[in-house]
Amino acid sequence: MKINLSINGKSYSQDVEPRLLLIHFLREVAGLTGTHMGCETSLCGACTVELNGKAIKSCTMFAVQANGAEIVTVEGLANNGKLDPVQEAFWNEHGLQCGFCTPGMIMASKQILDRNPSPTEEEVRHGLEGNVCRCTGYQHIVNAVKAAAAGAGK
Amino acid sequence: MIAQKFEYTAPKSLDEALHLLASGAKPLAGGMSLIPMMKLRLAAPEHLVDLRTIKDLNYIREAGGQLHIGATASHYEIESSALLRQKCPLLTETAAAIGDVQVRNMGTIGGSVAHADPAADYPAALQALEAKFVLNGAKSERTVSAADFFVDAFTTTLEPGEILREVIVPIDDARTGTSYQKMVQPASGFAIVGVAVRVRQNARKVSFARIGVTGLSNHAYRATAAEKALEGKTPSANDIQNAAALVAQGVDANSDLHASADYRKHLAAVHAARAIKSAISRIT
Ligand SMILES: Cc1cc2nc3c(=O)[nH]c(=O)nc-3n(C[C@H](O)[C@H](O)[C@H](O)COP(=O)(O)OP(=O)(O)OC[C@H]3O[C@@H](n4cnc5c(N)ncnc54)[C@H](O)[C@@H]3O)c2cc1C
Ligand code: FES
Ligand code: FES
Repeated sequence: MKINLSINGKSYSQDVEPRLLLIHFLREVAGLTGTHMGCETSLCGACTVELNGKAIKSCTMFAVQANGAEIVTVEGLANNGKLDPVQEAFWNEHGLQCGFCTPGMIMASKQILDRNPSPTEEEVRHGLEGNVCRCTGYQHIVNAVKAAAAGAGK
Repeated sequence: MIAQKFEYTAPKSLDEALHLLASGAKPLAGGMSLIPMMKLRLAAPEHLVDLRTIKDLNYIREAGGQLHIGATASHYEIESSALLRQKCPLLTETAAAIGDVQVRNMGTIGGSVAHADPAADYPAALQALEAKFVLNGAKSERTVSAADFFVDAFTTTLEPGEILREVIVPIDDARTGTSYQKMVQPASGFAIVGVAVRVRQNARKVSFARIGVTGLSNHAYRATAAEKALEGKTPSANDIQNAAALVAQGVDANSDLHASADYRKHLAAVHAARAIKSAISRIT
């Protein structure tokens, strides 16, 4: 089936098998490997991207379902080499160790801040329930989201 | 994990979808239950019909003194609906307790109800709300109550070729308080048990109580013995404990690696007591 979609502002038009997962489209067709495949079972959130402004798990969506959609991946956040405030904050607050979960964490964090610009710690943790990190113990990730909210990610 | 080959159609109208379903296709809504099953090849539909592309199925509105929710309203749309927060806070509270943000952004009420996972959250609230479901086939439409809809684990009264088109819930008056209390299974977010309570008071006496329970048995049910134990009383802490103890009575409880049957029954009573107290405290 022929699908048209926009990824990070760039248009893609491609014939795909309906069973192709969105994450495989992103990584293998579009060559955007910033989005990671972790669990493959809808639980870890490493594959999180934004679809029409909503954070979704790209391992649990077929590419055909994204026909006509606007997608933003972690590669789409920086603007002309300037990191997004959430990326800055993850850097400054040491919100990552191995970095495997980070693209998904950043996309989920952006969703939290889009909907609630000054979340409490509890709200940040609630917003990250769909994302698993095996390294940090989450505290620095939560700090990073709070720092980004406070505009301290500069 | 690649699903078996299938054909995919994104219809624009309900009629087009129902026509395809009548010839054996399967509906796809948020995909939050169906796609994991297809990846594990526990499900291998030959033809998927995407309901999310049908604009007419996505709404939340008030009409005729009731609330009408279209099948593809997502958990997030329900959780963040100002109309529902004001007129049916039990549904917003329940939606907010489902899974995680990403699942709530995609998953739909129609998909959750049709899937009838014994640990799903909505069914408890929908039992307590005495919700009605409008089911459509290519040439039919019927309305089924929540009490009659859930038959067994993953089994409902939906016939092949039928879809759940709309969920209808009542608007309660100000003397009604509601609460949903859930014991979360931490890996998935599903309910180990979940209890939804809806109580109305008249001159401080409980005039009406509805209690829906999920996670405990093969499908969500109404705990009528516990409801009767509250009605007519100005319940003391003791009365609440006694009523809560009845929610699991005589139930053939599920047992799995997360909770044994006895522990689940205990949790159901604990969460029922919390939900009753919290619902009463919310009556304005
Ligand atoms: C990580 C994770 C955590 C989760 N945690 C929870 C939780 O805590 N609580 C909870 O309740 N749920 C949870 N879920 C399940 C989630 O709520 C699903 O969204 C829901 O069960 C299915 O809805 P869907 O729209 O995604 O349906 P789909 O997966 O698209 O479909 C499910 C089934 O219903 C059928 N179907 C879909 N729509 C209709 C319709 N309108 N009429 C007839 N049949 C239809 C499909 O053919 C399929 O058989 C979780 C899921 C995941 C992946
Ligand atoms: S890879 Fe998608 S949720 Fe883990
Ligand atoms: S930084 Fe290693 S998994 Fe999160």
